[in-house]
Amino acid sequence: MTGTVLYDHPGPRAQVRNRVLTVVFGTALLGLLWYVYARFDARGSWAAEKWRPFLDAKVWTEFILPGLAQTLRAALVGMVLALTFGVIFSVSRLSDHRWISIPVGAVVEFFRAVPLLLMIFFVFYGVPFLIQGPVSAFVAVVTGLTLYNGSVLAEAFRAGIRAVPKGQSEAAFVTGMRKGQVMQYILVPQAARSMLPVIIGQLVVLLKDTALGYIVAFPELLQQGVNVVSANFGNVVAAAIVVAAIYILINASLTLFANWLDRWTAQRGLRARPAAASGSPSI
Amino acid sequence: MHVFSDPDNQDAYLSGMLWILKLTGASVVLALLLGIVLAAMRVSPIPVLRGFGASWVNVFRNTPLTLIIFFCFFGLYTNLGVELSDDLNINNFWLGVTGLSAYTAAFVCEAMRSGINTIPPGQAEAARAIGLSFAQTLRLIVLPQAARAVVAPLGSILIALTKNATIVGTIGLLESSNVMKQLINDNGDAVIPIFLVFAGTFVVLLVPTGYLFGWLAKRLAVRR
Repeated sequence: MTGTVLYDHPGPRAQVRNRVLTVVFGTALLGLLWYVYARFDARGSWAAEKWRPFLDAKVWTEFILPGLAQTLRAALVGMVLALTFGVIFSVSRLSDHRWISIPVGAVVEFFRAVPLLLMIFFVFYGVPFLIQGPVSAFVAVVTGLTLYNGSVLAEAFRAGIRAVPKGQSEAAFVTGMRKGQVMQYILVPQAARSMLPVIIGQLVVLLKDTALGYIVAFPELLQQGVNVVSANFGNVVAAAIVVAAIYILINASLTLFANWLDRWTAQRGLRARPAAASGSPSI
Repeated sequence: MHVFSDPDNQDAYLSGMLWILKLTGASVVLALLLGIVLAAMRVSPIPVLRGFGASWVNVFRNTPLTLIIFFCFFGLYTNLGVELSDDLNINNFWLGVTGLSAYTAAFVCEAMRSGINTIPPGQAEAARAIGLSFAQTLRLIVLPQAARAVVAPLGSILIALTKNATIVGTIGLLESSNVMKQLINDNGDAVIPIFLVFAGTFVVLLVPTGYLFGWLAKRLAVRR
């Protein structure tokens, strides 16, 4: 149902009313924006010297871009590992052998319920006591991202595999395929296609969660672009806005790509659409 | 388990978990209210409001929560002098609630909007046919049905919010993850039990919550 079903096509009176409301709410929003602007202005956040560092190429090449590179590195390694983890654990949880499916289910439920920060802290501060050696912030962040997002993806894959029409696996069994072959050649490829938008949505979450690396001093975008830059130039508001814009740009394009892919796979008829499977939002 | 037989550590653990529950409780109310208002804006006939709702969702959904909480502290508090309480802890708490609510509201808004999309157009058309206004259509016909459709996504959002509350530790609130870090640093010989107690608490709280919302969603689903 689109928004336009909710109200009639405006007649003359409704048009006047909508115009009045537009002006009223428009002024109210402008007033709010002006208030925020004035609050920032009173502290000199818009002063040119707070923004000038971002015109300096060195600020970008020494802080922001290396930070972005670390963010993308952690995200890419995390994505590959989380996808692998997700496929293995979803397939194992669907196993006919209970001694596999029950423990795997418990692991997935556990890592889905534990806050990512708790896992990162455990790996970063706790594991060094266990292995009697240091653990790098990168390893801690990537381990946390893999276990958490891998478990979420495992559940998404499982829903996707179960949403593949039964006839697909029945037909495959009839042609003489074994259980593993049915999974590998018939179910997983179809599930992966139908779950692509959900997978990409989760990858956006993963990319955002790399910012937790800031807490364990991993030199990623938030650490380098906001913390270090504002420590040097005293422009925390400006730096936060610039870095937020970078995150928004990357994530919004990933989301646009996911939506495009959704339409494209729907057009190409590449899937039996499991509406329920793509239900829960990634957050 | 000698770590948790020390009353000081027990208190630290309890107060850490209590902060998480308080953060979740306060944020869930604010995020729900704000999210519903934003969703109403996004389906309203007034373009200015639609634009505002859409920008809010796009900005907050795509920014890492860590950055938002960081900004609430260093931007709102340190830089702009927004003080929500004289007590440092309470102030940090409300700054954290501000960030958590602003972030979560974007997800609530999107869940509500997709809930509204599940309602057959005939419902709203019938409402309009008997002469209900936009506000009445939304309040009496659309939102009550949408609310039943969004129970499952709202459950996921609540669970995510509880876990995200640990991020408020970034700005110095001694919530569960910071308490765990301290206990680990003080008791290097009991790292695994400490982690299991903290992680286990979240599992005990959140896994049943997940099942409860799944059950509720099935029970409340509108059969068509």
